[in-house]
Amino acid sequence: MSGEFKTPGQSGLILNEKLLWESGRKGRSAMSPVVSGLPPVSLPPDLAGDGPDWPDLSEQQVARHYTRLSTWNFGVDTGTYPLGSCTMKYNPKINEEMANLPGFVKAHPLLPAEAVQGELRLMYELEQFLAEIVGLKAASLQPGAGAHGELCGMLMIAACHRHHGQNRSKVLMPDTAHGTNPATAAMCGYSEVKVPLGPKGFMEYATVEKLMTDEVAGLMVTNPNTLGLFESELHRITEMIHQRGGLVYGDGANLNAIMGRVDLGRLGVDVVHYNVHKTLSTPHGGGGPGAGPVAVGDRLLPYLPGPRVVKNGDRYEWKEDLPLSIGRLHGFHGQFRVLVRAYAYILSMGPELKTASDLAVLNANYIKEKLKDVYDLPFDQPCMHECVFTNAKQAAARVSTLDIAKGLIDLGFHPPTIYFPLVVDSAIMIEPTETESKEDLDAFIAAMRQVAEEVRQNPETLHQAPARTFRSRLDETSAARRPILTGDMG
Amino acid sequence: MLGPSEIRGNLLNNWSVIMRYLPHTSDDVKEMLSAAGAGSLDDLFASVPPESRRLSPLNLPGPLTEWDLRARLENMADGGDWQVFVGAGSYAHQVPALVPYLAGRSEFLTAYTPYQPEMSQGTLQAVFEFQTLVSRLTGLQVTNASMYDGATALAEASLMAQRVTKRSSLAVSELVHPHWREVLSTYLAPRKDLELLLLPADAEGRTDYSALASLEKPAALLVQSPNFLGVIEDLSRAAEAVHQAGGLLVAGFSEPFAYGLLKSPGAQGADIAVGDGQSLGLGQGFGGPGLGLMSAKNDLVRQMPGRLVGRTVDKNGRPGFVLTLSTREQHIRRSKAVSNICSNAGHCALTAAMFMAAIGGTGFRGMARANLELAEYLKAGLLKIGFKPLSPAPTFNEFALTAPAGFAQKHEELKKSKILAGLPLSRWYAKFNGAWLFGVTETRTRADIDAFLAEVKS
Repeated sequence: MSGEFKTPGQSGLILNEKLLWESGRKGRSAMSPVVSGLPPVSLPPDLAGDGPDWPDLSEQQVARHYTRLSTWNFGVDTGTYPLGSCTMKYNPKINEEMANLPGFVKAHPLLPAEAVQGELRLMYELEQFLAEIVGLKAASLQPGAGAHGELCGMLMIAACHRHHGQNRSKVLMPDTAHGTNPATAAMCGYSEVKVPLGPKGFMEYATVEKLMTDEVAGLMVTNPNTLGLFESELHRITEMIHQRGGLVYGDGANLNAIMGRVDLGRLGVDVVHYNVHKTLSTPHGGGGPGAGPVAVGDRLLPYLPGPRVVKNGDRYEWKEDLPLSIGRLHGFHGQFRVLVRAYAYILSMGPELKTASDLAVLNANYIKEKLKDVYDLPFDQPCMHECVFTNAKQAAARVSTLDIAKGLIDLGFHPPTIYFPLVVDSAIMIEPTETESKEDLDAFIAAMRQVAEEVRQNPETLHQAPARTFRSRLDETSAARRPILTGDMG
Repeated sequence: MLGPSEIRGNLLNNWSVIMRYLPHTSDDVKEMLSAAGAGSLDDLFASVPPESRRLSPLNLPGPLTEWDLRARLENMADGGDWQVFVGAGSYAHQVPALVPYLAGRSEFLTAYTPYQPEMSQGTLQAVFEFQTLVSRLTGLQVTNASMYDGATALAEASLMAQRVTKRSSLAVSELVHPHWREVLSTYLAPRKDLELLLLPADAEGRTDYSALASLEKPAALLVQSPNFLGVIEDLSRAAEAVHQAGGLLVAGFSEPFAYGLLKSPGAQGADIAVGDGQSLGLGQGFGGPGLGLMSAKNDLVRQMPGRLVGRTVDKNGRPGFVLTLSTREQHIRRSKAVSNICSNAGHCALTAAMFMAAIGGTGFRGMARANLELAEYLKAGLLKIGFKPLSPAPTFNEFALTAPAGFAQKHEELKKSKILAGLPLSRWYAKFNGAWLFGVTETRTRADIDAFLAEVKS
């Protein structure tokens, strides 16, 4: 047993673990007791209840429970995680330490401004950094995640049109858009006007020009788009939209490709959101919390959520008097401790954020070139931070994109994003990010090629994959047919 | 073709500082450019038209070393050393060391949303357990995998109630957290079809439901208990009133610990419960991230926003977990989805589950009791020195009192000693001018309260 191995996938020592409440016994505790030393107080019997029936466990039982569960999980710290459009870059550990500083953890959000000058300074400076990185004027930190940033942006666009007496009911939606875009537009009462993809993999001016009427509030656009391609006609499109009274929403899911390279102000974007858990390295946490701050240009600046942090001399204060603001979008000031991590990351990188984008694009192009002989590449041209393949070369062997993904799991890699974008049939969308080393990319490329070889030799193994995980392929159909959503259901 | 030194010289000026996050050596860059058929990194951006390009370098401080970064941020983290006798939607509670330690495991922290269930059974089982524990707290059968925070959960619950009832008007208690009501208004701004009725407080500091009758076909009644004044609402009466009119009761809460002692929202007739789970092991964090909680009756699940984890089996018949009922969601249904929410507060939900596991049902109830006892002790102490009750109704760990003359000045003076002695309710309610909101949790002892009362009296 030397250290020789081709891929990280191995079967290992994996322990079973019961459900939490199957281990509990009344009278145990994993926590020091809390007693007030004061006389008991009783509540009126019509209001009083028994409290939740949660299991009582010892400290070691809780520690083992979650440690065992964690071994069934795969994170960026475990291995390569090339989920397209998700930007699974390394999450720096110093950022965790900074977000957990007691002064941040224990800060009450309604403390007077004089008590929280450091926190307000951080918010103020971060807003400035976020505006600078994309070439816009100002930012708001309130939105709770990317989709919430979208909602913020579209509410601002709606408020701006309302303020100018415009009644516009539609939004232009490229067919490469993430599902959150049309869902957000619908929440704001807009119907979508679909913009078909041009032959080169991005929107064409002439197409959009025909669709842009005075009923259209604006365009929602992801650039680079979800095929990993730069929208090369967008600057002309935004100019035309502005001339016709529309506004442009930029979905910032793919900002990791363009930091320091592209100026969204020059490009004509009025508002863009950041996914700080993508571009700015904060951990995704198995589903959040993210943060979705928005940056805006002059047109939408008066509509930013409030209250806002302002600097008065050398003091930071709250400004509440914002007559055109869309109002509050978060219970307090946004996902503050997530934003601390983003602030720490920006300071760690400084202007070299551009290098991060450059190397993210380099990594994606490297993978694209090394795999395009074995996987179908529908748009064979230089890509940005991600590249999109399909299973067309494997389909004849009755191997689906899902099978390819599950085969990769057995080799020790998280699969790429699959079946998205919808404009490509059975897409395999790969985004390596800049933090993967050449050795890791080479190992991933070798694994993708090994799967392609397996399709030729023995496709049945892929239908059975994954075979080396704690659980084999899970039955999602029956889960949806008869939902069991808690331990107390059938 | 650029040589290695030129690549480094051109683009990687601060190489040694940023190296820790970027693994590329100049030889790597050279080999990879060559494989990609590009002469330089600039070549990779040929598809960006000149009109879209950035003209100047990024004007940002840094790059900083880890050591310089730590020094800068340690100096900025200054919000933790005040004595705060206020809750108002954010609560200081003890958290055992076990919880942040386990939550920090990178297998959980650095994973994505569990789209590939075979690689994320840890997250999925933990969220399934979270859904179960929260359902037992709220007394409602189904709970989602979380929302951003309590305020957005309330806004989403009102949209959900509109979908379920196919009605548009809403009645909201003015004693729902003012910030939460503001978020609701922000969400509803583009909705032209909507009637929003604000229900006033009665003399007891509870919501007066009598105006509800004036609303034709309400979709929902939104009440918070304990409410913003700390008063425990009679949710059973609220449920009766809104159910008679054919609408749903949405019961909110900002302090889950209250339900260590109170009847659950479900047991009192709520159809949907929403709250913030910040109290469950998360720290206050200057207001975020919190944890949006949402539970509902089982028959409403198909209109529920957010992720849901369900139990299933694998190919070999062994139990396992997956994300389910995703036909409600944006990535499948797009403009027909029930919400646009994608990432939620997953890691906060995991942390809260760890906290609930650590404290257990017995410990939770004990800690809730301590909160109630300490709050009553503080209330009695303030009444003794000239404060008057705003309402006689029972409260949990927060309450509102009318202050004696001169207290506003005392409040300002105490700030100099880093003491936050309540918040003036006039900040949110003109009609409660002269009244103050106080709160206390088990993080303060009887001796702390005695010292505080002495300061207020002096």
